[in-house]
Amino acid sequence: MKIREILLEPIFSKNPIALQVLGICSALAVTTSLETSIVMSIALTMVTAFSSMLISTIRNFLPSSIRIIVQMTVIASLVIVVDQILQAYLFDISKKLSVFVGLIITNCIVMGRAEAFAMKNPPIPSFLDGIGNGLGYSLVLLTVGSIRELFGAGRLLGYEIIPLIENGGWYQANGLLLLPPSAFFLIGLFIWVLRSVKKEQVEAPEYRLAPHVSAKEAV
Amino acid sequence: MKAIRQFFDKLEPHFHKGGKLEKYYALYEVFDTFFFSPSSTTRSGAHVRDGIDLKRVMISVWLAVFPAMFFGMYNVGHNANTAMAAMGIAEKTDWHGVLIGLLAGYDPNSIWDCFWHGAVYFLPIYIVTFAVGIAWEILFAIKRGHEVNEGFFVTSILFALIVPPDIPLWQVALGISFGVVIGKEVFGGTGKNFLNPALTGRAFLFFAYPAQISGDSVWTAVDGFSGATPLSQIASGGLDALQHPFGAGQITWMDAFLGNIQGSIGETSTLAILIGAAFLLWTGIASWRIMLGVLLGMIGTTLLFNMGGSSSPMFNLPWYWHAVLGGFAFGTVFMATDPVSAAMTNTGKLVFGALIGLMVTLIRVVNPAFPEGMMLAILFANLFAPLIDHFVMQANIRRRLARQ
Repeated sequence: MKIREILLEPIFSKNPIALQVLGICSALAVTTSLETSIVMSIALTMVTAFSSMLISTIRNFLPSSIRIIVQMTVIASLVIVVDQILQAYLFDISKKLSVFVGLIITNCIVMGRAEAFAMKNPPIPSFLDGIGNGLGYSLVLLTVGSIRELFGAGRLLGYEIIPLIENGGWYQANGLLLLPPSAFFLIGLFIWVLRSVKKEQVEAPEYRLAPHVSAKEAV
Repeated sequence: MKAIRQFFDKLEPHFHKGGKLEKYYALYEVFDTFFFSPSSTTRSGAHVRDGIDLKRVMISVWLAVFPAMFFGMYNVGHNANTAMAAMGIAEKTDWHGVLIGLLAGYDPNSIWDCFWHGAVYFLPIYIVTFAVGIAWEILFAIKRGHEVNEGFFVTSILFALIVPPDIPLWQVALGISFGVVIGKEVFGGTGKNFLNPALTGRAFLFFAYPAQISGDSVWTAVDGFSGATPLSQIASGGLDALQHPFGAGQITWMDAFLGNIQGSIGETSTLAILIGAAFLLWTGIASWRIMLGVLLGMIGTTLLFNMGGSSSPMFNLPWYWHAVLGGFAFGTVFMATDPVSAAMTNTGKLVFGALIGLMVTLIRVVNPAFPEGMMLAILFANLFAPLIDHFVMQANIRRRLARQ
């Protein structure tokens, strides 16, 4: 596979959130503001890329029966590193992200890429694949995060964009966008838009309703 | 009438296959069947034993809401005029005031003045609801190549009646858009939605703009007026605290039953809603099982709380008060009985209703954040309707297998 494909396919064509519907939990929880979304995106991209690379380098020595545990160990170590860095340099944001940095360990995207790609491919493509999937995840997170912060609080990255009524402006903040369910709706709408553009992502219907009137039966 | 028919006949070929406006057939069809009943008939072995179709079901529900709607308009105006008289405001100065001034005054004792005052608030809400909602419906119908469903008639009027009278019109537009698109169309349109679209729209407003719609401060269409809704008055001080605003005395049970209280536009008068209920039950359109289930579920849960012997006023509120306050009556009669989102089986309908009755009492009594719980209770039960049906059917299958 070409580098370009590995890196760019997961962004639109095989987006981990939109197509495979993985990693939804953190996407709901951390997208209340753009700032947390950005930090979370970087953290997850780093963890996915490096865990894929490391797992890929030891893939030929891994007995298949214990591979999941080894993968978890690698991922968990990386997550601890990320968590420590965040606590050291970005303490406020680390507090806002709370448990969700730790939960990157169980994020399906990281595990999924390790299992599906890194176990079968050499380190460099695995690294790029991790970056690519991280970017796919980031795309959704940043979209959802900007919409939620902009229309839920009238701000972006803490700067006021739309003046709120409380501060003498005209915009009435939409409180629903600050609640986790709104991320569900937004991700759903994102998938809707994506699949209307890229029709090959639409799943086949599970069943079809038969019409009420059949012409043959009638006469 | 003949002229209209000729007009439609002249237009029709353009909308058929191959015509230049083929894409917009749904749009043509809406207005054609709005004026004339379609001449096409079901020819196959469909299991219809009655001359009723979806359109007539929906129009019947629409008519059944009328008593509550007319009373609601009167009551909105009556509350506003009373508040204005007590606060010493002579007339309104915004565009509402201009419209009111055209045909009526501000006398709280004149039925016409009150009715017109309410109409000036209700009709714009209804018109915006209808216009925005039907635009979405037509858009989806054209895109998907089916006809516009009449279910929207009901959704629009129900939505307009469960919002507060002083709601900004842009919130109305946003709410009904959410209700129609996310509550219904994303699942494939009428018949495939598992939530009641009108309630979905209101739930959106409830969570998006909690300050204006959560129901602890009352909705009277006068600037600068604030007070608590009956349910939150009781929650804070018991039945004795249930007062008309401006010292007009205690709210009696009869007041609440007749609708002489404040609240969302259509929900105040239990009597007017019961007239609609009688019509729906007589025509067999709404399920009596669901209504009975809701009532029994509510009475049972309330009695259980009453026995608890707690000192909290909501715990001790008797069931006949629960039935006339808030959106209980309106929800029971018009929302819970929505045939699409309710349970389908007969036993299931009773269980479905009872679940609503249980939940509404639980939310009202136990949850301190929400004084009113009818909306959330019905949406909650909507989610469980398919599960309830599943178990009812499985039980039936087991019973019949055991018979062999």
